[in-house]
Formats: sequence, structure tokens, C-alpha cells
Amino acid sequence: MPEQPKTEKTPAPPLNSWAPAVALGWLVPGAGHFLLKRPGRGALIAASVLVMFLFGLMMRGAMFQPQTGDLLTTVIYVGGFIGDLASGLLYLLSVWLGYSQPDVAGHVHDYGTKFLVAAGLLNILAMVDAYEIATGKKD
Amino acid sequence: MPKMNLSHFEAALIFALFSSIVLGVVTKRTDRDRLRYGVRTFLYFMVALVGLGWLMYLGHG
Repeated sequence: MPEQPKTEKTPAPPLNSWAPAVALGWLVPGAGHFLLKRPGRGALIAASVLVMFLFGLMMRGAMFQPQTGDLLTTVIYVGGFIGDLASGLLYLLSVWLGYSQPDVAGHVHDYGTKFLVAAGLLNILAMVDAYEIATGKKD
Repeated sequence: MPKMNLSHFEAALIFALFSSIVLGVVTKRTDRDRLRYGVRTFLYFMVALVGLGWLMYLGHG
């Protein structure tokens, strides 16, 4: 029987090397990149996430509440909630200050809801980028 | 909070613009590649937007 080639496991990077940048990047979009001394990229991420989130609010987009039921309901509502939550302080402040809108019909509101979720998803991409920079996988 | 009313096209254009910026920033390794990837992604968004728009228009009859 042929011998299986041994795969070497690379040790996980220490938590304190990447966690502050990722956590800060979640709380304030783009701030993780500023912490890692990438101000240009941080500013572009911050502006993009902030503008998309504000446009979503101004279009009276709805915030998702986590709901479970059939598979599609769970995916849409829990996924949407995670997307909203990924905007960090923007989401928390808008909920605390009462800017969370009820879900109403209309294409503008619908676009607003998508803008709010997309802002959070873009911030998740930024957090992954901050992780890769902090662990030295990327410049 | 002021209310904003955008058409389908305007909303999709703004969505494509900011998504392309972030995709360009986080994906590539050099600034030149980031710019090129961002512009290319934006153009792909636009082609898909206009293409799907025509497809729906023609499919609707």
C-alpha cells in the first residue's frame, strides 16, 4: 500500500496578532486597516461601507430580525441579520437610536434593505483582508 | 433622516460602484492591480445590469 504523503499543518497565527485589527474593523469599518497602517485602503473601505449604509437608511431599508422556520426563512432572516450586524457600530447605533424601519413594500425600500446588508457583507470582506494583512499572508 | 428615492438604475449603479471599490481594495496585491480589478468589476456589473434589463424587457414581450 503506497504511503500517504504527510501534510504539514501550519500553526494558527496567535490571536493577539490579528484579533484587535479584525475586531476594530468590525466595530468601525476601515479602522482595522488604519490600525495596520494602511490608511488609504482603510479610508476607501470606510467611505464605501458608510455611504452604502447611509443610503440604505435613507431609502428606508428594513433591518432583519433573526427568524427560524423553514430553510428559506432561516437563510434569509438569519443571513440578513448577520449581514446587518457586520456593519458594527453603524448597525448598533441605528438600532439604538430608532432608525430601524419596518419592512414595507416598494422597490426603493427593497433596495435600501439590500444596501444595508451589502454594507455589512463588504465589511466582512474588509475584516478578512485585515486578518490576512495582520497575519502576514498579504502586504 | 432625509428620504432618498432612487430609480432602479441609479440604485444599481451606486451599488456597483461601492461594491467594486471594496472588491478592488481587498482582492489584489498591488495598487495598479486593485485599480484595474475594481474598474473591471464595475464594468461587469454594468454589463450584467444592462444585459439582464434587456433580457427581462424582451422576455416580457
